[in-house]
Amino acid sequence: MSLELKNIKKSYREPDGNVLPILDIEHFQVGQAEQIALVGSSGGGKTTLLNVISGITTPDSGQVFIDGVEITRLPEAGRDRFRAERIGFVFQTFNLLAAFTALENVLLGMSFSRGKADKQLAKDLLEKMGLGKRLSHRPSQLSVGEQQRVAIARSLANRPSLLLADEPTASVDPANQDTILKLIRDMCREFGVSLLLVTHAMEIAEQFDRVACLKDFNAVLQTTS
Amino acid sequence: MSLISIAFKSIRQRALASTLTAFSVALGTSLMIAVLIANTIVTRAFDLQEFGYDLVIGPKGSELELVLNTVYRMAPPIENLPWRYYEEVKADKNIAVAIPVALGDSSEIGGFPILGTVVEYFFNEYAHGKKFQIEGEWPSHKWDAVIGSHVARVNGWKVGDPFHMVHAGQADHVHKEEFTIVGILKPTGTPNDRTVFVNLNGFFAIDGHEKPIDEAIAREAEFFGETPEQVRQFHARELAQYQKEVEEYGHAHTLPMLQKEVTSILVKMKFDPKNPTLSQSRAIGFSARLKEGFKAQAVNPIRPMQRLMDKLVGNIRILLMYLTGLIILVSGVGIFVSIYNSMADRKKEIAIMRALGADRMTVFSIILAESVALCVIGGLAGIVMGHGLIMLAGPVITARSGLLIDPFIFDPQELIIIPAMIILASFVGFIPGLTAYRTDVAENLSS
Ligand SMILES: Nc1ncnc2c1ncn2[C@@H]1O[C@H](COP(=O)(O)OP(=O)(O)OP(=O)(O)O)[C@@H](O)[C@H]1O
Ligand SMILES: [Mg+2]
Repeated sequence: MSLELKNIKKSYREPDGNVLPILDIEHFQVGQAEQIALVGSSGGGKTTLLNVISGITTPDSGQVFIDGVEITRLPEAGRDRFRAERIGFVFQTFNLLAAFTALENVLLGMSFSRGKADKQLAKDLLEKMGLGKRLSHRPSQLSVGEQQRVAIARSLANRPSLLLADEPTASVDPANQDTILKLIRDMCREFGVSLLLVTHAMEIAEQFDRVACLKDFNAVLQTTS
Repeated sequence: MSLISIAFKSIRQRALASTLTAFSVALGTSLMIAVLIANTIVTRAFDLQEFGYDLVIGPKGSELELVLNTVYRMAPPIENLPWRYYEEVKADKNIAVAIPVALGDSSEIGGFPILGTVVEYFFNEYAHGKKFQIEGEWPSHKWDAVIGSHVARVNGWKVGDPFHMVHAGQADHVHKEEFTIVGILKPTGTPNDRTVFVNLNGFFAIDGHEKPIDEAIAREAEFFGETPEQVRQFHARELAQYQKEVEEYGHAHTLPMLQKEVTSILVKMKFDPKNPTLSQSRAIGFSARLKEGFKAQAVNPIRPMQRLMDKLVGNIRILLMYLTGLIILVSGVGIFVSIYNSMADRKKEIAIMRALGADRMTVFSIILAESVALCVIGGLAGIVMGHGLIMLAGPVITARSGLLIDPFIFDPQELIIIPAMIILASFVGFIPGLTAYRTDVAENLSS
């Protein structure tokens, strides 16, 4: 099992003192190299869920297991290290660092784990993304679609076991959406990475075998096949 | 990528601000270096602990002026001493060595001070355990001269070259007499390096250097507290000879002692190895006796220089150190402002790095590394600039003040600068670092 959630509860306290529940997930799991689309309405807690899984946000209660490690028991620095070594992240906005070239942005993806930075792997990943000729371009010199492909290469640079993608195609034009999506899915298959991909678009979700739906504020996760 | 290279990336990203802040640190540091080195130069130059003589005897007046004149050849002589007095000093049973020194003129080329003296000057240690060495010969003839190494280098003079000298304080009055260089002294690191030494006999023989007879009698009478008649009595035989020569040839062939004058006398007391402090107390005794009588003073040159250093130079140095310290502090604040202002734009970048697995300490360290890099680069550039400044300004300062400056001079205190920079940088980078440390990842990722 790549990812397993048990009784995850997360709520935020609103300024007026009311408690606003965001997540209430009894049980959820993603198998080894499985690919799941996560849909739900805006403000439904999808991003929050990804942050809880990656250890950026701590849940109020419950357990998160990744590759059998209960990361909810780890101290913060331990979760950071775990994230550095096992989790890949692709964000809605591309979130590349402006001062870094495409290659350096990818290298940054492996800078915080114990392993040595593997320049060849970084180059290969960019090559696979069709960016072999864009290694030393800065984000401002890349098209939107290219930027997102650099971000995908970066998310895989640390050879993660789980890739979390938060609406990776939302900022890309429709013609490019499919290309990007295909790249992500193919790469995950190639490297045996489990994928949890958040999307608004039904036409994207439909391409996945399994779709998880996070329902409005009720915060119950259902799995449909 | 290492933290350092990540830090350097964001330094480069803000190249202008980074360059300016590092430059301000460099300016502060170079000033600090200049102050440190200036202090080393002055301290070394004015430290007479190792000076080769126990006393400097000169006319009564400022002790400091006497030392600046005789030892440093920086100030013009105040008054002169009669030759008769020199003979008396030389005869004193407590005195081992007495060297007459005549100053005031300067070389026509380069304006180096001319010092008329006897050849014994060169055979005495100029500093404890240090003797003059020469290329060429010691002066033996009336018009022989020996020059210091700095004079030789600046004027390009060689053994055999002739030169003229300019009368004290009158730039247009060039003496017609010509001296010839017979030797060049090896560098000593003392004012001797920039001195032109001429044979005292030649110095006296220069037209205009002899005091008119009547004036000389009046001066000697005043000096010894005698009547002019007593002075004439004392010099009776010499004066008769002088009179005879003038009547026979129209001018005197031998210069009477009466007309000779020296600026000062360098004195070494007799030294008794069984009682090493004896020569010191002899010097003190001699100096005390002079205080009462005559018109002369005997000065231990260490004392006025030390007073000058303690009272003036020392305080100026402390003031300058504070000032340059403040400048560096201000440039540190500049770095702080620059980094701190950039933090608002960088919260997102920091959140991204955190999402990629950087922990709080790592992002803190990246900011700190940035501050350290700016301070250390600025500091190193400042050290280079400071030494460059010394190299450029050295010859000018030497020409103006007569202080010799080694262009490669280095003060061990400089070694503190880099660690001090790192400490400063740590303070400067701490608060922005803390901002990075506290950055909320989830919040800044979605912004
Ligand atoms: N730090 C916070 N404090 C208070 N409320 C928060 C905080 N973070 C998120 N929320 C709330 O939690 C809810 C879920 O937010 P989240 O970003 O997870 O939604 P989402 O499903 O990703 O939405 P979208 O599809 O628009 O990205 C939102 O109503 C948001 O206002
Ligand atoms: Mg979201």
